[in-house]
Amino acid sequence: MNDVAIIGGGMTVFQRRLKETGKELSYLATKMALEEAGITKKDIDMVVMGSAPDAFDGIHQKGENLLDGAAGAGKPYVRVFNGGGTGVFAPIAGWWHVASGVADIALVVCEEKMGNCYPHPQTAFRHIWDPILDRPLSPNLVWLFAMEMNRYMTKYNIKKEDIARVAVKNKRNAVGHPCAQLPDENITIEDVLNSEMMAWPVQRLDISPPSDGASALIFCSKDKVRQFTDDPVWVDGVGWNIDSTMWTNRDLSFPRYVANAARMAYKMAGIHNPRKEIDFAEPYDPFDYKELHHMEGLLLCNKGEAPILTREGVTERDGNMPMCPSGGLLGVGNPIAATMGQKICELYWQLAGKAGKRQIPTDPMVGVGQAWGDIMQMATVAVLRRG
Amino acid sequence: MAEKIEGSPGYAPGTRVSTKDIVENKITYTWWEPEVQYSWSLGQAMSKFLTGLKKGKILGRTCIKCDRVLVPPRMFCEYCYGPTDAWIELKDTGTIETYSISYLDSDARRIKKPILIGVISIDGASPQHGFMHYFGEMSEKDIHIGMRVKAVWKSPKDREGAITDIKYFKPLEGGEKK
Ligand SMILES: [Zn+2]
Repeated sequence: MNDVAIIGGGMTVFQRRLKETGKELSYLATKMALEEAGITKKDIDMVVMGSAPDAFDGIHQKGENLLDGAAGAGKPYVRVFNGGGTGVFAPIAGWWHVASGVADIALVVCEEKMGNCYPHPQTAFRHIWDPILDRPLSPNLVWLFAMEMNRYMTKYNIKKEDIARVAVKNKRNAVGHPCAQLPDENITIEDVLNSEMMAWPVQRLDISPPSDGASALIFCSKDKVRQFTDDPVWVDGVGWNIDSTMWTNRDLSFPRYVANAARMAYKMAGIHNPRKEIDFAEPYDPFDYKELHHMEGLLLCNKGEAPILTREGVTERDGNMPMCPSGGLLGVGNPIAATMGQKICELYWQLAGKAGKRQIPTDPMVGVGQAWGDIMQMATVAVLRRG
Repeated sequence: MAEKIEGSPGYAPGTRVSTKDIVENKITYTWWEPEVQYSWSLGQAMSKFLTGLKKGKILGRTCIKCDRVLVPPRMFCEYCYGPTDAWIELKDTGTIETYSISYLDSDARRIKKPILIGVISIDGASPQHGFMHYFGEMSEKDIHIGMRVKAVWKSPKDREGAITDIKYFKPLEGGEKK
């Protein structure tokens, strides 16, 4: 396999609804990435598009709809998709285009428009449930996460206030992000605990918002990378894993598929002790408890220990193991696939020293990003390292 | 079109719109309401399972190789990847594995009287093997993980071979024992 570096990234602002079409958002994010890499469309060998359920946009097979905005016209182009896992799976696909040697430079574009869907994007989520056993019960997708959160809290005796700390941290971290939808420098644990009850134990401020947005990254082979930069950021390892769809037959207190994906990525990256060798992480945080759940799944602490480390400040931007220095999905927004902007673009910008106000002060060398999707079963993981 | 937001690296702007902008025709937009219906054949395992529910029975499937009793039942085992072995009738009692108290309906509309929903592991099946269903005849304060529950069935004439042939699960009288 060839070594693969990242040489440019871009993202649009994230908002509940943006006037720009999906194509236009893809164009805007791609232009930013091309500009940072110092290349143009003709330098791109192949394009990967990441976008989640068609039902949000209301356009089936929307990869084709987005193609022209993603600089894909006239090139080898493919859309990849695994629900919420897409934001890290699309860059994994970009990596393998280059690692396999079929491309020297691959562009990855991720797009989502959830604002198109009425009365609420949740309505589209109805269509992902099993039609025989689940849909007759008129489920809401938040139920799934409420049930998983409850199982996790009960098994490890975790207090809601220790989960709310994650929402507070990430919404505060997002204050330094120019694209953020819900930054809040004054938010408190009480604000989260007093917010509207949606589906106990999930309250309004435990959840990231639906959003429109796009992000882009450019992957480059080792042979070509010195033309563009003296300080490349390398993709050292990738992993992905999916658990059985029979979610009512699984113990929801620990995401074993995340651990499987992490082990795959760590093995590829030569990481033996992730707690010591990884400097910071962008675990997927569509809900505040998910950051904790995923810290444990990524083997960055013991089961049930993530809330304690969070309470002790270890996961703050200036702590020993910063989590979601971007502001995460909770602070920057959750346009499903486009959260590549927080999960992988952020790793790249942090490791390249380009994260501006969000820069981790301790000079990080290695970061891990992760996403999560389908019916609480899909994990996608990537490890990045500074040259 | 692209004009960068100040500062490195590459952040692109976008133009925010609200539902109000759309309702008041302040932006140009177009509209579409899909009209489509689906029918799903239920397959071998679910046909038998739902026919069982119509008769007031919860059926499982055994996998001898994995020493598992599967609910919901399937004709093949996803782990050993062989055919499952036999049908088995289970009890209509179980244990709450997890639950939620929902103030949202399926369109994310707010509701006053919350829905109690959760996963029940069914007695006689392997640990943590069961399905999602409603809970009733209990308060938001009573419900807890580990609570013993029993199915409340629709009357036989109202059953139609669906998961909703069970109305909900209620507290199991006479204690917490399996
Ligand atoms: Zn088996």
